[in-house]
Amino acid sequence: MREEQSASQSKTPIILSWLVILAVVWLLWSGIYKPLVIGLGALSCLLTLYLSHRIGFFNESTSIHVIPRIMGYWWLLFVDIIKSSIDVTRIILDPKLPISPVEVELESAPKGPIGQAILGNSITLSPGTVTIDVYKGRMRIHCLTEESANDMIAGKVNERTAELTEK
Amino acid sequence: MLEQVLYVLSWIMLTVGGFFVLVGGIGALRLPNFYTRMHAASVTDTIATFLVLGGLLLQAGLTIATVKLIAILVFLLLTGPTASYALANAALLSGVKSNATFRKVNGKGSKSGAGQETSVNQETDASQETSASQENNEEQSK
Repeated sequence: MREEQSASQSKTPIILSWLVILAVVWLLWSGIYKPLVIGLGALSCLLTLYLSHRIGFFNESTSIHVIPRIMGYWWLLFVDIIKSSIDVTRIILDPKLPISPVEVELESAPKGPIGQAILGNSITLSPGTVTIDVYKGRMRIHCLTEESANDMIAGKVNERTAELTEK
Repeated sequence: MLEQVLYVLSWIMLTVGGFFVLVGGIGALRLPNFYTRMHAASVTDTIATFLVLGGLLLQAGLTIATVKLIAILVFLLLTGPTASYALANAALLSGVKSNATFRKVNGKGSKSGAGQETSVNQETDASQETSASQENNEEQSK
């Protein structure tokens, strides 16, 4: 909304690239290439674009620039998830159940809504940490143990998300 | 030869994936309260999903089913945490207690002070900064 004027000039290529992405995805998932089905697919792609435009999706300049960089981010997140899954599994199967729940309040490094959504979801996705509240750029995170809280902070997920969406 | 290796590998992945689903279930039963149980559920949501869908990918080979399985994986990973957040936030807003210690961290990722560690219940009395804290506070005063 804030940058509507500056964004409106460069909107067309963004909309076109989303159309290409949607068309490719639709063709891959359908697997049936008859004129009627393809026609319906084209219609639904256009309808999706129109609805996205209506909710102001294309005003967010970050949304498409993130896609090429997100693979590297996903890889690091995947490694984090595997590590913390094994930690949580160990805790669950330990007869003593060594948990020490901590709630951490974190100042989110990404300032935009997309960055904060990615950050909150990444934290929730890695076992041992769950985002329970986001309010005015502060995340409230419930951690299963002290260690999982420290791992999350040392893992720099906050800084990585800011780099992904805002540079 | 390669086919057999892939077949064995896929069954190893499916079995280990099943083990992690079981761990998630055991965790949900063993852990003491709502928030900690959510952590057990996220084991099932993530590593078990990777392994089960990975195993199925190896079984499917390179067909259009592969693309669909990858799409399922991506959408599970995108929507899972959203649902978890909705659940956890609803619990927080309706005043479910977590009995956790509270800690503030600033944007640089270091602890902002030694005096910040208090129990959650005291913190909600002292700080009005998050929406949920306010809700919790109201809940306590009733």
